Amino acid sequence: MTARVGVVTFPGTLDDRDTQRAVRIAGLDPVPLWHRDKDLKQVDAVVLPGGFSYGDYLRAGAISRFSPVMESVIEQARGGMPVLGICNGFQVLTETHLLPGAMLRNNHLHFICREQRLRVENAATAWTSDYEAGQEISIPLKNIDGRYVADERTLDKLEAEGRVVFRYLDGNPNGSLRDIAGITNAAGNVVGLMPHPEHAVEPLIGTGRTDGLGFFTSILKKLVNA
Amino acid sequence: MSLDTVKHANETPDIDQPWAELGLKQDEYERIRAILGRRPTGAELAMYSVMWSEHCSYKSSKVHLRQFGEKAPENDALLVGIGENAGVVDVGQGYAVTFKVESHNHPSYIEPYQGAATGIGGIVRDILAMGARPVAVMDPLRFGAADHPDTKRVLPGVVAGIGGYGNCLGLPNIGGEVVFDSCYQGNPLVNALCIGVMKHEDIHLAKASGAGNKVILYGARTGGDGIGGVSVLASETFDSTGPAKRPAVQVGDPFQEKLLIECTLEIFREDLVDGIQDLGGAGLSCATSELASAGSGGMRVELDTVPLRDSSLSPEEILMSESQERMCAVVEPGKVDRFMEICEKWDVIATVIGEVTDGERLEIFWHGEQIVDVPPRTVAHEGPVYERPYARPDWQDALQADDAAKLARPATAEELRAQVLKVIASPNQASKSWITDQYDRFVQGNTVLAQPEDSGMVRIDEDTNLGVAVATDGNGRYAKLDPYAGAQLALAESYRNVAASGARPLAISNCLNFGSPEDPAVMWQFAEATRGLADGCLELGTPVTGGNVSLYNQTGETAIHPTPVVAVLGVIDDVDRRTPIAFSEPGHLLYLLGDTKEELGGSAWSQVIHEHLGGLPPAVDLGREKLLAEILIAASRDGMVDAAHDLSDGGLIQALAESCLRGGNGARIVVPDGMDAFVLLFSESAGRAVVAVPRSEELRFGDMCGARGLPAIRIGVVDGEEIDVQGQFTLPLAELREAHEATIPALLA
Repeated sequence: MTARVGVVTFPGTLDDRDTQRAVRIAGLDPVPLWHRDKDLKQVDAVVLPGGFSYGDYLRAGAISRFSPVMESVIEQARGGMPVLGICNGFQVLTETHLLPGAMLRNNHLHFICREQRLRVENAATAWTSDYEAGQEISIPLKNIDGRYVADERTLDKLEAEGRVVFRYLDGNPNGSLRDIAGITNAAGNVVGLMPHPEHAVEPLIGTGRTDGLGFFTSILKKLVNA
Repeated sequence: MSLDTVKHANETPDIDQPWAELGLKQDEYERIRAILGRRPTGAELAMYSVMWSEHCSYKSSKVHLRQFGEKAPENDALLVGIGENAGVVDVGQGYAVTFKVESHNHPSYIEPYQGAATGIGGIVRDILAMGARPVAVMDPLRFGAADHPDTKRVLPGVVAGIGGYGNCLGLPNIGGEVVFDSCYQGNPLVNALCIGVMKHEDIHLAKASGAGNKVILYGARTGGDGIGGVSVLASETFDSTGPAKRPAVQVGDPFQEKLLIECTLEIFREDLVDGIQDLGGAGLSCATSELASAGSGGMRVELDTVPLRDSSLSPEEILMSESQERMCAVVEPGKVDRFMEICEKWDVIATVIGEVTDGERLEIFWHGEQIVDVPPRTVAHEGPVYERPYARPDWQDALQADDAAKLARPATAEELRAQVLKVIASPNQASKSWITDQYDRFVQGNTVLAQPEDSGMVRIDEDTNLGVAVATDGNGRYAKLDPYAGAQLALAESYRNVAASGARPLAISNCLNFGSPEDPAVMWQFAEATRGLADGCLELGTPVTGGNVSLYNQTGETAIHPTPVVAVLGVIDDVDRRTPIAFSEPGHLLYLLGDTKEELGGSAWSQVIHEHLGGLPPAVDLGREKLLAEILIAASRDGMVDAAHDLSDGGLIQALAESCLRGGNGARIVVPDGMDAFVLLFSESAGRAVVAVPRSEELRFGDMCGARGLPAIRIGVVDGEEIDVQGQFTLPLAELREAHEATIPALLA
């Protein structure tokens, strides 16, 4: 048996088809979800993929957060359903306050696309159990609004509770505070990060590495063994 | 101002009309009057002026471009040829690929960000209009001197515009070029290429047929931006004293374009359109006249139904506006409701603005009054054609006589080493990753190869691993020395790049960037380059599928170097067999394929070390290029090489440096007996590549080259952490990397 993973498409979402492919490669059933539709089609988990939803107008993720599909996602996430936000999806998650903090324009003001080394700081979340704490992985990074910020108290709390899930290695690419690349909520079911695991799941494509596949095999194990 | 109707035009034959301000010549205006049998209305004049502009009508270039058809090689792969929005090529397994390169040079100088952004937008819609899903873009770019202050204005804006627009569309940017030369100071070249994929049965054409079918305009509202972009901007020489032309540049909204792409693809999937055309240069004038001209009937348009951003726009302005992110479709009445539903789903505005008639005229009405009544072919396809005078410039002989062979060469090994470092760190030869890292190359999850590889490669079928590769190349310095050979060298390099990555070249597109056609010397360069390209395509068996001409790239009397840019499309049956440039395994043997002659005319070395441009470019041997390509493709298919890199500007040392840095491995190089180290490293002889061969494959690879008659000399081995040219010098990779990678950020970041 396998599990159903919903992949949300907002207007301006770009990585939805890539994410569906990654879900499929990991052995899960991808289920396309449409932003206007509150029905989550009985999925077991949801991925909010990257892109420029609503053109990132107003502020990245700010408009998507109010779409009908997000009403259901927020409700289910609070009930424990695993949710992964990648890049623009991470921005949406901070706008919904499922995750704390916010994303600002990169400190160098340019879009940056590169292979990015990360350290897995927390391998106990729903999306990272197939990694080991301290493991170093390399997956693509590509954004212009990727600088993670939060107030000092929030940052201290995230670190104290082990909720920093990924840190940037080999130079901070965007000025994110404390080199934070990804975080989780207190329950560990909601994870957001700026780099793109769905672009690193096939040996031939992109960076030529499959370091991102662990996100999807982690959730497979969690859902199928649950 | 009262409305200038057809009736009014008939009644007032003698009033003055602003044809000159709209860029028309006196005889062109007279011709419009002759076609119509009366003076044109203001709206008709607007339409003719934009459609008969150089940019839209190809009036100066057409007589030369005909060769691409006349000399076209026999080729079963060509499904749609020149004349449509883009050519279409059969790549097997039922797939068709469409690709095209276009210029957005003039707007990008005036307003770099929006000029470059809307260049991407326009070419993407061309590809979309053929029925294809756009799958990748590339940008061949040329700027003035890297250290000129204005380059620091233009380049970052252009790069940010390409990234800002392309990244937001979800199209991987997988290749292109960045070249600096002071000849482009006031005329940067911003060319953009898009590749699209579809099944054979999904090909769509721009035509309006079937009386009663509805004409639907969908996408963005029409605004006042880009009015006269093609006639005022793209078809005239810049005059430094002229008024600001900024309002003629269009403004892009990539989010709207992304919706338009997804909406249009869904409309195609349900087979809802008979004909489709994007709105680009010349806007609605172009779309309506081209659709009607290519179809079987006439067309009637109610112009006042067009949704506007600015309600004060006049009918003439609406017809000329180049507002972005708009498409025009011809839809059977029974399918209109479903068409509208899909547009609503994607939040795309769609409006029925007219219908196909059984007449022969394009008729446009404004609140019930007729303002246009023309035979559409006279607007779209039967514009003026000029046989511009051309003559070999009187300076050409002296330029060619100024031989690069006489330039001082390095006298010692230390001097050679210093020159190698200087060339590799020079802006043209340096790493462009500061630029290309601002483009998303991963999106869509099908990118197999991207810059700095020899070609960009994307997978088009996940199950079979079928893929396509595209490379773009051009060398204005070579073309200045000899435009005929220069165009063939651009073709040869692009062809070689595709083959080096393991793909079989199938067809080409081109963007021909030149100065003013009113200068006989420029026109001679154009005539020579097109002749060279047509002859070259015939010999290589790669037909021209379409392309674009950009003229008037000059400021005052000074034209840019003639710059034909050639894009070659290739197919690879299994992307798993692709050949990267990286030397990834120590111990692999390095072979230099082809003949190295003493050819330094137009070379990177002559430019960087001596600021010299003279002599003749490298000799062209297309038979050799074909043989080299066959060897490279066979070696890739049969797993005989681990890496391959074409040799072009900068010569062997440039290729070695790039492959070593990419793979993180050094190389030990032995200068072959009887060969001069300087010539070996810096000559730019064409028809060459360097390959890394695993020892287990050496015999097989050597036998293949021997049997086919391709010179293959073993020049060394992948090894260590430096490039060691034995008996000459060593260059640690760290030092090489610093030289290669620091230049562009230091100049532009």
